[in-house]
Amino acid sequence: MGGHLNINHLMFLGQGALWTIGLSVIALIGGGIVGFVIALARISPLKSVRIASGVYVQLIQGTPLLVILFLGYFGLAAIGLKVSALAAAGASLTLYVSAYLGEIWRGCIQSVPKPQWEAAEGLALSRTQRMMKVILPQAIRIATPPTVGFMVQIIKNTSLASVVGFVELMRSGQIVNNSLFEPFAIYAIIAVVYFAMCYPLSLFSQKLERRMGRGRSNLAPA
Amino acid sequence: MQQNPSSSEPIVSLRDVQKSFGPLRVLDGVSFAVERGEVLALIGRSGSGKSTALRCIDRFEKVDGGEIVVCGHRVDRPDVDLRALRQDVGIVFQSYNLFPHLTIEQNITLAPCAVKGMATSQARDLARKVLAQVGLEEKLHAYPEQLSGGQQQRAAIARSLAMQPKVMLFDEVTSALDPELTAEVLKVIEQLAADGMTMVMVTHEMGFAKGIADRIVFMHRGKVHETGPASILTSPATPELTQFVGTGNLKS
Repeated sequence: MGGHLNINHLMFLGQGALWTIGLSVIALIGGGIVGFVIALARISPLKSVRIASGVYVQLIQGTPLLVILFLGYFGLAAIGLKVSALAAAGASLTLYVSAYLGEIWRGCIQSVPKPQWEAAEGLALSRTQRMMKVILPQAIRIATPPTVGFMVQIIKNTSLASVVGFVELMRSGQIVNNSLFEPFAIYAIIAVVYFAMCYPLSLFSQKLERRMGRGRSNLAPA
Repeated sequence: MQQNPSSSEPIVSLRDVQKSFGPLRVLDGVSFAVERGEVLALIGRSGSGKSTALRCIDRFEKVDGGEIVVCGHRVDRPDVDLRALRQDVGIVFQSYNLFPHLTIEQNITLAPCAVKGMATSQARDLARKVLAQVGLEEKLHAYPEQLSGGQQQRAAIARSLAMQPKVMLFDEVTSALDPELTAEVLKVIEQLAADGMTMVMVTHEMGFAKGIADRIVFMHRGKVHETGPASILTSPATPELTQFVGTGNLKS
């Protein structure tokens, strides 16, 4: 047995927690950008673009994140593309997040009432202008609560990156446990840290949803 | 493609227009024309095709056959320049369709700035002017949900006017309003008619149609069943119009 839990172990866990946050941010930004493109592609006037993006979403949503991570890290290495654990985890999470955010946001864009499109069309706005000035500003308000809610999923799912050796919170816990062998204490600490990261977001998401539920009057910017 | 309409040509003309939704034939050889400065009222039962006919004019529906010319644009052709068409045609809907995230002023200035490249200050002056036309100057900075239905509809008319259309289409614009609010919207439309605006309106307000329309087109089962001056409402020639006007009078 390797002694007792001390400040160095806690600092190591803290570093892992920071990488969990870092990986979540990468996943959210990367997945957000790709997801936005996917959302637009899913409602494209071109049928081929709609089909291609639909297939992408189905493929990613139908594949476990763990498998995507293995493919990105071990799979690419096997065909001669050596990528770092961070790159593999970041890319895999980006793919995963983009498929979900793309679908969430597509739904939000499509839930803006159709007459809003027609009114904008009747005013001779181009498709891009209709999207940017009329539809998206309304869709963003609808999209905020589910997007914040999904961020909680992203934070928790970054723990899977531990399997490719990326030292985030989960992996750092495993490493500390390997030397101390106090699994209950260590994984309890890790659970608390995850909870501390996710709970504020959950609360924020609930708050946003309540505000949305109060009707349109609250949607207007002050 | 875009011939310049000489002043003698009608602003809107439909010739033998056909339109089906699946197996349902909605427009079955509809023809009518609207001259400059004319007010034409499209009346008929629900499902008679009047709203579809109106929406075809602004190409919210594509026709299956026939010819539609609006301000020189061949609307029935697939290569019609939609943005040019819609700068010439203003449309007002039953459900107002103001943009809820924008103030009334922003609702009005959006299209002139984005489509015509108008300077913001100029567009704001224009917003004030068109709002004065519909009697809503004081609502410049309000959001749509702070307005009553009648006010929202008047703001929607102002938004459409700001694009200085050559013809305006009204699709049952008072159907969602109570009689009092209906009256204030109709007053605005009357004023537009007095100012010489060319208008096509789908309406259930028979009294209003009689008072304002230069011509009535009565649609029945996808066809123009009877057409003529407003007097046909008081002395209809066909039994269908007689019956329609009769039930309409009972309602009001």
